[in-house]
Amino acid sequence: MKTKHILAGLGALALVGGAFAAGADLGNTTKQATNWTAITMFALFVIMTLFITKWAAAKTKSAADFYTAGGGITGFQNGLAIAGDYMSAASFLGISGLVFGSGFDGLIFSIGWLVGWPVITFLMAERLRNLGKFTFADVASYRFSQTPMRSFAAVGSLVVVAFYMIAQMVGAGQLIKVLFGMDYLYAEILVGTIMMMYVLFGGMTATTWVQIIKAVMLLGGATFMAVAVLLQFGFSPEVLFTKAVEVHSKHDAIMAPGALIKDPVSAISVGMALMFGTAGLPHILMRFFTVPNAKEARKSVAWATTWIGYFYILTFIIGFGAITNLIQNPTDFYVGGEIAKGLKGGGNMAAVHLAKAVGGDLFLGFISAVAFATILAVVAGLTLSGASAVSHDLYASVFKKGQASSDDELRVSKITTIFLGIVAVVLGIAFEKENVAYMVMLAFAIACSGNFPVLFMSVLWKNCTTKGAVTGGFVGLIMALVLTVGSASVWEAVMGNPKGSAWFPYNSPAIFSMTAAFVTIWLVSILDNSEQAKKERALYPAQQIRSETGVGAATASAH
Amino acid sequence: MQDIQDRIRANPKFQEFVSKRNSYSILMTIIGMIAYYGFILLVAFDKELLAQKLGSGMTTSLGVPLGVGVIAFTIVLTWIYVRRANTEFDETNEAIIREAQK
Repeated sequence: MKTKHILAGLGALALVGGAFAAGADLGNTTKQATNWTAITMFALFVIMTLFITKWAAAKTKSAADFYTAGGGITGFQNGLAIAGDYMSAASFLGISGLVFGSGFDGLIFSIGWLVGWPVITFLMAERLRNLGKFTFADVASYRFSQTPMRSFAAVGSLVVVAFYMIAQMVGAGQLIKVLFGMDYLYAEILVGTIMMMYVLFGGMTATTWVQIIKAVMLLGGATFMAVAVLLQFGFSPEVLFTKAVEVHSKHDAIMAPGALIKDPVSAISVGMALMFGTAGLPHILMRFFTVPNAKEARKSVAWATTWIGYFYILTFIIGFGAITNLIQNPTDFYVGGEIAKGLKGGGNMAAVHLAKAVGGDLFLGFISAVAFATILAVVAGLTLSGASAVSHDLYASVFKKGQASSDDELRVSKITTIFLGIVAVVLGIAFEKENVAYMVMLAFAIACSGNFPVLFMSVLWKNCTTKGAVTGGFVGLIMALVLTVGSASVWEAVMGNPKGSAWFPYNSPAIFSMTAAFVTIWLVSILDNSEQAKKERALYPAQQIRSETGVGAATASAH
Repeated sequence: MQDIQDRIRANPKFQEFVSKRNSYSILMTIIGMIAYYGFILLVAFDKELLAQKLGSGMTTSLGVPLGVGVIAFTIVLTWIYVRRANTEFDETNEAIIREAQK
């Protein structure tokens, strides 16, 4: 009996985790009536951000400006930008939609997304800042052989960026149909062009400020909604919950963990992917190089954690607010006015409909514009980190052996940005009809199995060698990829194999692939007795001094 | 530069400082993981407890303050670490560097 409970409990988490960790997948949506208010608000956002880009362009002269905004971002600003990177449209719409559908489960789920942040704060933040310059490969390859380490890091970055990007681009296309009432294709072209302008002309300065503005708008909009909901209930969560339980079809069950059944291994594995994957996402890691020192780097994560946690509490209130506001008004919010037919635009639209219920058409327009702007800003960050991996790691370090001039490096990053922009649009169009639910989770799995172990061991373990790190990193990366293909979300849902034929039974490969990566790094490193390995071990004390004290760390550029 | 590094390495305070700060980081990581996995295990082992009402006639279940509590705890834990690292640890760190520069 007890075992059944355990399985049910962990299963709830795993399934929810599996489906929603997928995040950006907003399903296949149907086009709604053209929403001119939303389109106008979005246009205003774009105009404002393009002015910022113009201002940023004047400051973006060197490769350092392009990659790291000259290292002049404060901890508070950077915290908002990191939070902005992390609070995607999917987490806003998806989590509030999940709370709307099953209540308490949504809270369990958002907690999973938050736990990676303390890990980054305690173990990585200051070491990243002290050792790195432009990319996380700077940190991982500090005392190692440049070509293999940089190549691995570039592959790890680009693969993570690619999967994350496809999910975002497809999400943008689906969102534009429901939010603006425009065609899928417009979303791809809009996002592709505008984000290219941000990155190309304004580099990291523009990308950061776009992200900060978006984060403030999203937090502001969500706060307004949560306060409006609480106001309806005299600021008493108890009264809100009572009303929600009364009107929701699941009644009291929404106040308790749900009963979706899977297995404990999946639950732990999903938890690991979220916890350590966050510390391996290249577009998040690169933000640690935009602040002037380790002190500010630590402040950035503390602020980021604060904003993200606050945001998740808001989405919980918003989800319950949607229950109390929408269910009683089926004519306005449900397909054909019938609850049985579901919300207009799908279950993920709960927050959007609530915006209309509490703030009218104008606020609906605002929230729609913010949700779409969110994707735009995240894609810009992803593109910048992909471009840095190509220009700084592959071109300047591997191809030119560190002899490239700042101008050449900058030129290559700009060419790569254009290339990545086109690739993003093409992939977005190619995957329109595909099921991309697994892609964000896959990005996290690869980040925690490839990038994170390599970064962690190279910085903290003195006996680590190039051979060990690169072999282990690739083992983790490939295993994460292969096992994901074998799981039900790809093998059955995407490849169309019969139900039950998936040969990897869990929702996330992390528990196996991350462990395999660490074991391989350890084993290959201790067996490595080459001259090179001895040299690398001898360099550890110097690396340790820099990573722990910041002596010799890259400083902010002069202007 | 090499001199400073050698002197820092030779300073017993440096190793002591590094191991002190690292054990603090690891301790905090473990506390964070216990809070998270503890909550998850509670979801797994004792759903009834989480579903239990805060008071008779109330709708709010124990799970809500616990869940929100884990979020708040995570934030507070992060700030506690950052505060100590940015004051006490950084002061020690600067003192060690200053000593090496002399």
